[in-house]
Amino acid sequence: MSTAITEHATGGATGHGEPILSVRGLEKHFPIKGGGLIKRTVGAVRAVDGVDLDLYPGEVLGLVGESGCGKSTTGRAILNLQPATAGSVVFQGRELVGLDRKAMRPLRRDIQLVFQDPYASLNPRLPVFDIVAEPLVIHGLTKDDKELRARVRELVETVGLNPEHTNRYPAEFSGGQRQRIGIARALALQPKVLVLDEPVSALDVSIQAGVINLLEDLKNELGLSYLFIAHDLSVVRHISDRVAVMYLGRIIEVADQDELFSRPVHPYTQALLSAIPLPDPRRERARQRIIISGDVPSPANPPSGCRFRTRCQKFANVLTDGQREICMTVDPKLEDRGTGHLNACHYAEAASVL
Amino acid sequence: MSTPGSTGATAVSSTGTLGRGRTEQGRNTSLAGFDASAPLLEVTDLNVRFPTEDGLVHAVRGVDYTLRSGEVLGIVGESGSGKSVTSLAVMGLLPGSARVTGSVKYRGQELLGQSDRSLSRVRGKGVSMIFQDPMTSLDPVYKVGAQITETLRVHDKSLSSKAAEARAVDLLELVGIPNAAERVHSYPHEFSGGMRQRVVIAIAMANQPEVIIADEPTTALDVTVQAQILEVLQTALSETGAAMVMITHDLGVVAGIADRVLVMYAGRPVEIGSVEDIYYEPRMPYTLGLLGSLPRVDSTTRERLTPITGSPPSLLNMPPGCPFAPRCPLHIAECDEAEPERFQVGPGHTAACIRTEQVAGAHGHAAEVFSETSDDAVLASDALPADLATAEGGRDAAAPATPPGDQVEPGAGVPGGTGSLISSPTSPTNGDRA
Repeated sequence: MSTAITEHATGGATGHGEPILSVRGLEKHFPIKGGGLIKRTVGAVRAVDGVDLDLYPGEVLGLVGESGCGKSTTGRAILNLQPATAGSVVFQGRELVGLDRKAMRPLRRDIQLVFQDPYASLNPRLPVFDIVAEPLVIHGLTKDDKELRARVRELVETVGLNPEHTNRYPAEFSGGQRQRIGIARALALQPKVLVLDEPVSALDVSIQAGVINLLEDLKNELGLSYLFIAHDLSVVRHISDRVAVMYLGRIIEVADQDELFSRPVHPYTQALLSAIPLPDPRRERARQRIIISGDVPSPANPPSGCRFRTRCQKFANVLTDGQREICMTVDPKLEDRGTGHLNACHYAEAASVL
Repeated sequence: MSTPGSTGATAVSSTGTLGRGRTEQGRNTSLAGFDASAPLLEVTDLNVRFPTEDGLVHAVRGVDYTLRSGEVLGIVGESGSGKSVTSLAVMGLLPGSARVTGSVKYRGQELLGQSDRSLSRVRGKGVSMIFQDPMTSLDPVYKVGAQITETLRVHDKSLSSKAAEARAVDLLELVGIPNAAERVHSYPHEFSGGMRQRVVIAIAMANQPEVIIADEPTTALDVTVQAQILEVLQTALSETGAAMVMITHDLGVVAGIADRVLVMYAGRPVEIGSVEDIYYEPRMPYTLGLLGSLPRVDSTTRERLTPITGSPPSLLNMPPGCPFAPRCPLHIAECDEAEPERFQVGPGHTAACIRTEQVAGAHGHAAEVFSETSDDAVLASDALPADLATAEGGRDAAAPATPPGDQVEPGAGVPGGTGSLISSPTSPTNGDRA
């Protein structure tokens, strides 16, 4: 989409070397079929509408946004589970967009997905051994049964489960343990990149903390890179090196974790951060909250110009009519506007909201 | 029943405002036949058992609390801790198969065991409820206006349909629904999730209840919408002067809204105290663990999280002793003998633990108490083969610092467990983790 971004995108803490995964102008549109006898396409839900991302080796890139912003679809389109409508996804120098299933298969060894719901992503009729062994069998990575058993045992131990329990079925495990099984399965092929789609949102906090620690340890020890998709900004801040904020199918701000949380510049990021309740009564009650009005507009018919302007507190209260005109007509590009990191707001201005 | 109700309602439709202030004085909304001087809501030794194929599930095991006028009581706990069942029992909404014992008194009158008909007098007027999922708590085939006026007219038969509708519009305006006069004619599916929850709040506050029980009112919502709804709830409280029981798993939400907090674990309150006691000086190891396992969006240092090992006990056959003992870092033999009562640990602060002094020493820092059991630290403590540490980009400068030594537990190591994952698939593993 733009070369400016390629050169710039990563003034981040890990901004050295080549990105392992590079996404440019990724689009995923779902057609809306009209009624009547002849089904014709009358429009499109622009779930992902021009996403640029770079993931560097060994880093955790958090992708956050509210429900319906397209973050999960982005993850799936990157993995080619839902073919992208347009754009490019380059993984270790290879273009993934347009590859068919057969061509994708060898690449799946290197880039794996961990799903959100550990109750839905594990086959209830397979014992845990078979679930974890399946990728190894499909890719023919072990030469005999003995080796397969040893590998599965190791994987299960790696994620902190008892290998004696691999003959049990998923239903016999708790949510946190199931998520560990899902992680063991994703690790089976020794991937380089894990796309984690809300990996801890279905878990209770005391269990969630254990899985987050496990993910951090695995990343450090196995040299993995994570695309960590989540809506919980506390979790994202904890685990990420860099964070990208999504709104209505676009990335609107990308920065190092510390930078984004302490000096957000996009009004949406500011509102998002200010909306998170802090588990600290004194600080929570002393805060000034930015409350944005309304709900996310339909991705089938996004607003003209800046997509956030319909809910933007800055647009509504601070800007002059002339400035608003620009918001309404000019689509802000994701670029550095003198704030030190990429953002998509014409009037970006750092503010501390936590 | 008609007199006090109608005065309240007509006052609203004429002036457009509901009662003012979160005080009891100057309000006369108590239901006839209830003692206005008795405590608002008094729950004593509430037990709920569900018969199942596997036996009796003891979901709520002796809940006690008193709700004072105008206060917000937060009930926190993880899924399955019995917090929702407690509130359904208070409202008399549990299925017939549930066995409920104990006592629930609203303004001095026992609610448990009452007929549905007499409970209907209390529901919505004395105690009203806000549920988690606004799509299932609103009826999809009725317009939202009809659902609000129904609530109004059930408790005030003399209210004309016209006055009720005017009041419905007022209520929708109060909860921040734009174009309320038109939106009363909309169906629930025409609203977004946040707007629906506003409608549910409007219904809950319609009859100026004295108690609003909110069961995870913002859990289904996005964080920016959650902030809007929490603000509407505050409005609802100040407009009606009601007290609230706020049930949630989100410790951030409770920190912002609650005056007192009740922490539930395995069907029992394990700690009750003021919001500051609970967050800054917890005395029950579970409360401490819960706070320690929470990633903080406002923390600039990346401290390692302190998870609680294991999972909550099955409520089917509870062993004797403290239910948290198997997960507790301070566990001693005495803990298994009998389930501890809640001991007084400060003014208005009780905790069900026999080792509260040890917890007090941590002053809210979970890592000091929990590091001993945090076996997730094991992975970090494993020495890595050199070839692995440099594999594929390896660690870089931005990777989080290795955890401090006190969190690394050498005793529970799994030697070579992870190290062999990539380097040699057949290398022996001798670790064994429960």
